[in-house]
Amino acid sequence: MGFSARQLIGVGLFLFAIFVGVPLIIGATGRWDFYFTLTSVALLAIASAGVWLTFYIGRINIGQGAFALIGAYVSAILVVKAGWSFWVSLPAAGLFAALIAVLIGLPILRLRGVYFAMITLVLTQVVTLTALALPITNGAKGISSIPLPSGVSLFGIPLLPDFAAMGNTKLAFYYTACILMIATYAALYRLVNSRLGHLCRSMQQNEELASSIGVNIAYIRIVIFAISSFFGGIGGAMFGSIAQSVYPSSFQVADSVNFMLNCFLGGLGYVFGPMLGTLVLYFGWDLLFEFGKYQMLIYATILILIIRFLPNGLLSVRIGKGGGK
Amino acid sequence: MEQILANGVYLGSQYAMIALGLTLIFALMNVLNFAHGQMYVIGGFVTYTFYGQWGVPFVLALVMSCVTLAILGALIEKFLFAPVIKGSAREESTMLLAAGIAFLLDALILIIFGEKQRGVPKIVNGVFNYDFRLIMPYDRILVCVLAILSVVAFIALMQYTKTGRALRALAQDRTAAQLMGVNVDRYSMIGFALGAMLAGLVGGLLVTITGVNLGMGGPTSIKAFMMVMIGGAGVISGAIWGGIILGFMEAIGLAVLSQYGDITYLLIFISLMIFLAIRPQGLMGKPWG
Repeated sequence: MGFSARQLIGVGLFLFAIFVGVPLIIGATGRWDFYFTLTSVALLAIASAGVWLTFYIGRINIGQGAFALIGAYVSAILVVKAGWSFWVSLPAAGLFAALIAVLIGLPILRLRGVYFAMITLVLTQVVTLTALALPITNGAKGISSIPLPSGVSLFGIPLLPDFAAMGNTKLAFYYTACILMIATYAALYRLVNSRLGHLCRSMQQNEELASSIGVNIAYIRIVIFAISSFFGGIGGAMFGSIAQSVYPSSFQVADSVNFMLNCFLGGLGYVFGPMLGTLVLYFGWDLLFEFGKYQMLIYATILILIIRFLPNGLLSVRIGKGGGK
Repeated sequence: MEQILANGVYLGSQYAMIALGLTLIFALMNVLNFAHGQMYVIGGFVTYTFYGQWGVPFVLALVMSCVTLAILGALIEKFLFAPVIKGSAREESTMLLAAGIAFLLDALILIIFGEKQRGVPKIVNGVFNYDFRLIMPYDRILVCVLAILSVVAFIALMQYTKTGRALRALAQDRTAAQLMGVNVDRYSMIGFALGAMLAGLVGGLLVTITGVNLGMGGPTSIKAFMMVMIGGAGVISGAIWGGIILGFMEAIGLAVLSQYGDITYLLIFISLMIFLAIRPQGLMGKPWG
């Protein structure tokens, strides 16, 4: 794939901003709480990337909270009960979420439009209620005091530091989350610009037509849903590790809806849309905190105004009206 | 057994009304109204304010709930949904708007009515008791009867009036309806107002029994989605069936499985998913409505 100079500069600036700029600004202003906010943004953006991917095959996914919760629980159980290293449990959590997605996806991916949207919404409830009912998840008490990620070394060379031994875990978690987010979006960008991405676009426009010219739509939508849920599982597992606890209420229907809103707000036609959407929604919510009980009112009003005047997402400003179809 | 059936009818009649409003809005505009539960809560608070606080007769308070929600619904449609539907590349963008409105209404409820649980004096006292096999407070019976009457009135409106015919035409095929001289914009607004009004009416009716609080909106929306899915999105008979089925499942589940805790809803959700995997369009729906 060839990149233009402008794209490379843009990516370079972006990386510089999040790895050097943000710590400098936070260090200068002393707002250490922003680390946690921005870490959350990065992790939620990973899960939102998954939702965006299901949008890419023309499905409205309001079930990402379910997979995030599954990921968080799998990682927590593996670390606390089986004594695994967090760094091994992280991909395991993603893979488990993807496995569940394949099993559930087989029947429900036949649904379309609002039907799929509503059943994924119900799925979030199912997972929350299952977490309450199963003995291994500890019911409503959840799993708490999960140990911080331990160090990893290969042949005596330390690859990853021990988080528990560090003075400033906030910064470490921030970097980890950012690296994961960048890996996710790089993978997403690569996927969208691959053969699979073209096939997805054909499905987004018309599934029957795509099927008639030989696209194996049943296979592709399962693969995409599994990848999407993998992102959800990773994001959820990392979140559980930072919060050091998982409860059935860690990811609820409201979170699933928020993941979807992030994608809408950023723009469905742009790979980096969900990242921007997550940043605006989550950071905006945090910034409005000082308005007290009017926080929700202002937040909702801004949200409505954005969608009223930019119905195709924030990034559509660049293209103009009707762009990015 | 009689008790379970009676509870089922009672729950089902209310649920059917909530689902009717949601399905009407969906059928007309292809909008999944996330704010439906919040509209229901506002209806409850309006009745609470008029009947519970100012002592206005209950029926009048109910009417006020309906009027408030109808106006609110009409304004939301005219100034928010209609322009966004026209301007967006993908019609799913309306979901973001609907969710935004749900947040906004939640915020308004919090500021205007506060976060406390509110209840009103009973409208009728006494309990109907048939040989201790069937026990039902009179006010529940009254609410149930009123709900059934409203559903009947709504169906009559849709079947026999000019407005109803226009709305049905609009739901069937928007372009064709426009070509037949139906004022599409105006009837979309009326339909949305009608859907919101139904939500307000149920809210007003139920405030006499369960009371009302801020947190009721979201769960109510989810229940309404489920009913609509059981019956088939955008179909009026489907919404009624969905409401009745969910009502009975809840009544039976709570009676039979009460010792296992919250397992009733888990079972309902799972059976719903299996059902939809076999019959994606619901009981009455047209495929890919």
